[in-house]
Amino acid sequence: MSNKRVQFSHSAIPYLFIAPQMLIILIFFIWPALQAFYLSFMLEDPWGLSREFVGLRNYLYLFKSSEYLSTFLFTIFYSAMVAGLSLGLALVLAVKANAVIRFQSTYRVLLTWVYAVAPAVAGITAYFIFNRHIGVMYDLLLSMGWDFSPETNAFDATALLILVSVWKQVPVNFVFFLAGLQGISKAVREAAALDCASPSRRFWTITFPLLAPTTFFLLVINLTYAFFETFGLIDTLTRGAPGGATTTLVYKVYQDGFLGADLGLSSAQSVVLMALVLSLTFFQFRFIERKVHY
Amino acid sequence: MNKMIQAIIAGVVVIAAIAFFVVNNLSNNSATTEASGPVEVQWWHAMGGSLGETVNAMAEEFNASQSDFIVTPIFKGSYEETITAGISAFRSGEAPHIIQIFDAGAATIINAKGAAKSVEDIMTENGYDFDITDYIQGVRYFYADANDKMIGMPFNSSTPVLYYNKAILDEAGVTPPKTWEEFEMTAEKLKAQGHIALSQSHTPWIFFENFHSRHNLQIADKDNGFSGLPTELMYNNPELTMHFEHVKEWKDKGYYGYYGKAWGDNQNAFVAQDVAMWIGSSGSFGGLKQSAQFDFGTTYLPYWNSVNSNPGTTFIGGAALFAMAGHTDAEYKAVAAFFDYLTKAETQYFWHEQTGYVPITNAAYELAKKDGYYAANPDAEVGIQQLSLHGSEWTKGYRMGFYVQTRESIYREMDRLMAGETTVADMLKAIETDGNRNLERFAETVK
Repeated sequence: MSNKRVQFSHSAIPYLFIAPQMLIILIFFIWPALQAFYLSFMLEDPWGLSREFVGLRNYLYLFKSSEYLSTFLFTIFYSAMVAGLSLGLALVLAVKANAVIRFQSTYRVLLTWVYAVAPAVAGITAYFIFNRHIGVMYDLLLSMGWDFSPETNAFDATALLILVSVWKQVPVNFVFFLAGLQGISKAVREAAALDCASPSRRFWTITFPLLAPTTFFLLVINLTYAFFETFGLIDTLTRGAPGGATTTLVYKVYQDGFLGADLGLSSAQSVVLMALVLSLTFFQFRFIERKVHY
Repeated sequence: MNKMIQAIIAGVVVIAAIAFFVVNNLSNNSATTEASGPVEVQWWHAMGGSLGETVNAMAEEFNASQSDFIVTPIFKGSYEETITAGISAFRSGEAPHIIQIFDAGAATIINAKGAAKSVEDIMTENGYDFDITDYIQGVRYFYADANDKMIGMPFNSSTPVLYYNKAILDEAGVTPPKTWEEFEMTAEKLKAQGHIALSQSHTPWIFFENFHSRHNLQIADKDNGFSGLPTELMYNNPELTMHFEHVKEWKDKGYYGYYGKAWGDNQNAFVAQDVAMWIGSSGSFGGLKQSAQFDFGTTYLPYWNSVNSNPGTTFIGGAALFAMAGHTDAEYKAVAAFFDYLTKAETQYFWHEQTGYVPITNAAYELAKKDGYYAANPDAEVGIQQLSLHGSEWTKGYRMGFYVQTRESIYREMDRLMAGETTVADMLKAIETDGNRNLERFAETVK
């Protein structure tokens, strides 16, 4: 990256052009974030009739709660699994689809269209497929000796949630990886092929490093997905059950704030979540991006 | 540089103007608009599906019956979603006139001074007779305040009852159990025939709250929260410990089927004949009649003879209608007229027949009896008969703050107990800890 800066003289118009965007950020991000930060130090009755400053008590309450700790750990585990698996799987599929010569576009469409399914719809669909009474997958698993019960078994619930989350995310990753692969010049690949390196060696020394910017971008996108966007899946599939085993941080914010009407506690959780995502983003850009060559 | 400063100032002015416009609009109160023509009243509810259709039919009938008022029912999702929508609307000064709030949310609205206007006041102020004893025993004080003044109008009320599959029970040569002691023998015989005896929906409601009312046991200090803000949850008691030791044993022996926290998953087990008996809501009667492909019967919620040999009434579940504060007199007049219509014997009988919820007034119950409804459908009467059993010290209701979260803890711990991840003692201790913390937090919010 170059540090050269060129200063053009310009009029006031650009600032006016970005004003609407700034306004949107202000109203829909900065203002609610500040509001959450403020409320996280408050204890308030649900109807907003009284409000009392309680300092750090909401935070202390959270960190003393073993439930919150296990929710925290589950979120980390779940996000790592979802990001890792969906990136890995999408990479394999993209490399294979890129190598296919006949029916190339058919494969690509087939691998992409899941993306058009909304998370909540995907959740409901999966719920039906795995349902004890009507699900085809339940019958299949049972015939294999697995009495699949995400309603009562924490392992099954976690497995199901990860499976559906990954299934939902693979197409996005696939599209980006495929685009990335097609951006790699043919000359480079041909040169590598002429050097007679084995296909796997060619992949890891030539293709993968050239895909690094794409992979890095997708890592950020996937972690954000696992943190926030899987809310719809959780709400339709497991609702955090059994025994709170599939509750993520975002889902807990929803449960305490929107179902339980405890705004102070829910705000404190939002602030923790914001801090977590900010530090994760910082970490990614500070340390992982260094390994990326553009 | 000058131009840049100019631009920034221009930008700030634009942002400020738009922000002012937005904020001003948000806080604008719609309640101030002058009414001309019929007064319109919004009713937010949580009745989906066929229940929603019945709600709409009732509103339509009311609107057609007179020309001064129009009631508009608006479906807002689940009970939790409805109360949340009501809370955010109230906070921005856009509260609906009538909102349906469920049992667990009752404390949230009744304890908030200035969120709801008492039903009793609305009725008497607008010239309607109001007598709390017109309502059946079980619903009378459930949504009342410490002075027995009715705050919320009971609307859809139900109570837990035991449903049983007649063919399966006959085949095993048993009758539906009255007591849990009896259940253990029944279950053994059913098991010998290859059946799981029982499943149950809504653990907090059935195995916690109603376990206590059925046996006349206290749930929380301050008279279950009726005489003040409770700070101590009393679920961690020897009777409940005994009960759950048995439930766990039943699960291990194959007497009891646990299909997770969701209401439907446990009900489906009964409909699919995976289990011979199911404890659900008296309000499930109508739905079961349509979905179950077999003959089933209904009876009272079982009790432990060893705990109380003279068990009484159970708590109601379901929800009540609350009139939200901050509206005009003309609008409250409309609300009163609508409540009066809703409590009419004919309306209640219609609602009872369509949905399976119990009729909330004595007059409606009498009307249903006289009409021969129970002679044709004896099972439809079980819920209201159970609610008419004698009341005792601890059967009035309960009033606990942030109780929705406490119920979540109960669900969570039940999942864990059934999965063998916790013991009964630890389960009740965890619920006590969470519940007390919720009560304590809530008490602090009430001024």
